Amino acid sequence: MPLIQVEQLKNVLGGQSVHSDVNFVINKGETVAIVGGSGSGKTTILRCLLMLLRPTAGKIRMFDIDILHCSEADISAVRRRCGVTFQQGALFSGLTVLQNVMFPLNEMTDLSHALQKEIALLKIVLAGLPSDAANKYPAELSGGMLKRAALARAIALDPEVLFLDEPTSGLDPKSASGFDQLILYLRQTLGLTMVIVTHDVDTLWQVTDRVLFLGEGQVLAALPMRELVKHPHPEIQEFFKGPRGRLKEYE
Amino acid sequence: MARSANITWEREQSCLRLMGDWLCTTLGKLPATLDKLSFPRHTSFMVDASSIEKLDTAGAWMMHRYFSQLKAFNYSFEVQGLNPTHQLLLDRIEAQSSHIRVPEHPQSPPLLPFIGREFVQKVLHFLEFHSFIGLALATFKQWFKPKNIQWNSILKMIEETGCKALPIIGLLSFLIGIVLAYQMGLQLRDYSANAYIVDFSGLAILREFGPLITAIIVAGRTGSAFTAQIGIMKINEEIDALRTFGLSPVERLVLPRIFGLLVAIPLLTVWADAFGIMGCMFMANHMLDISYMDFLKRFQEVVPLKTYTLGLIKTPVFAVLIAQVGCFQGFQVAYSADSVGSQTTRSVVQSIFLIIITDAFFSVLYSWQGL
Repeated sequence: MPLIQVEQLKNVLGGQSVHSDVNFVINKGETVAIVGGSGSGKTTILRCLLMLLRPTAGKIRMFDIDILHCSEADISAVRRRCGVTFQQGALFSGLTVLQNVMFPLNEMTDLSHALQKEIALLKIVLAGLPSDAANKYPAELSGGMLKRAALARAIALDPEVLFLDEPTSGLDPKSASGFDQLILYLRQTLGLTMVIVTHDVDTLWQVTDRVLFLGEGQVLAALPMRELVKHPHPEIQEFFKGPRGRLKEYE
Repeated sequence: MARSANITWEREQSCLRLMGDWLCTTLGKLPATLDKLSFPRHTSFMVDASSIEKLDTAGAWMMHRYFSQLKAFNYSFEVQGLNPTHQLLLDRIEAQSSHIRVPEHPQSPPLLPFIGREFVQKVLHFLEFHSFIGLALATFKQWFKPKNIQWNSILKMIEETGCKALPIIGLLSFLIGIVLAYQMGLQLRDYSANAYIVDFSGLAILREFGPLITAIIVAGRTGSAFTAQIGIMKINEEIDALRTFGLSPVERLVLPRIFGLLVAIPLLTVWADAFGIMGCMFMANHMLDISYMDFLKRFQEVVPLKTYTLGLIKTPVFAVLIAQVGCFQGFQVAYSADSVGSQTTRSVVQSIFLIIITDAFFSVLYSWQGL
């Protein structure tokens, strides 16, 4: 049974059709990236999966629950099994990094305060931040640290699925590849299923099992990178053919 | 359904058995169980983890913590039956655990330095506010050339802060007029001095209530908006962007707001005066049987023009105060959502505070001059 199953998803936003017919499945343990040109509706799909946006039509099943037709209790149960990092981090600006990571632990578990703190620190260290970053406020962190802090908060409750929206955007190549390594490490350690929305070709090559290529309002291809770059569809070719596609380097 | 984490000591087999799901949501009762657990010292025993079905990082941390405690007490034991993925997780957490240091809580400073720092901050804040006013004045020089004046922004501000505030200010002034006339009417009726309602309401509304109510509503409605707008622009680095174009944020953002309010508040005050008097007229007619025509006739006779102008003279000062405080607090916003909230609160509180002080100052001034 696939973990996430999307069928005939249709989205019309502001009178404009974003998706006409999107179908895909994501299996347990997989790392899948969603790519496509600007405006192809990558983030829209993510928002639909996170139940932040109700699609115009279609069917979405997660953990074998039809999330478009189910009770509030089911929805919060599904949400609790998902972790998300947003593009800009979306850390609570009035809380320190430690408080940010402790926040979901405090809300969702009955652990003692001291234990919550230790577990939050463990997550911060797992996300590759030094312990002394814990008392800093989000405004005091660099871009790379912000992304790691957001990741630490996303894994606070040990989710089964992790959604990453543009995890490496705005990072320098060294931090970006460090982040890729972190994703691999966490995936191996925590056995996570990951859904990554990204433009970063290096991330696509190094981290993903499969890539969903969005275009023309549907999924044009859902293949591993190696096969995707050979796909004849002109839009896919255009995407990877350019100098930034790094075709030669990886082949 | 997740089962809660548990641990038991089995004496016959010399075995510590870990059971259930060791997840962050099911661990809550475990520490209490661990505290109660007792087994003979200096025995070597086996830890059987084969009954654990689910293990997450929180569970693994708990396990790591407990095992290190046991080791510290010189127990010798062997862990068995942990499935390979769980073992990997436990190993990695053990490897990371050396990096974890509980950071020191930043201590709150002792009382005296705290008071000192607060005082210095308040003084600095006060000075900054004045330098901000100075900056606005200095920037105003650029507008001596008429082509530099941001007419569009000013007109937009007048629309936002003036036209859109007409309904609320009209309604509230009318209601204040009613309340005022009612209270005064009760007293006047006792002395059969009904006609004096016109004198009193004219004086009260035109000199005090019209300008004051208008300024306070505008401070709450517009001053707060200024702070939030400029604060968010600062967070989005829009203000820095303006600077990089060589444009002055004060000229583009603050001056149009000041001049917009300079036009809007006097006009709103006239509007508030009219509605306040209407409220009084309504109540006078209703309660004291003074017809609308009689009211207006007497109004012309007993309320001098001076009353009206003395009320209006105060309004440009209120306008400058509200705009300056609103914009200044906007520029003080730091990079967090809390900061937008606290500066907006401060903006409204300070402008209302300053409005009332200024109003009192005008009253003293008028009384000195015998006006």
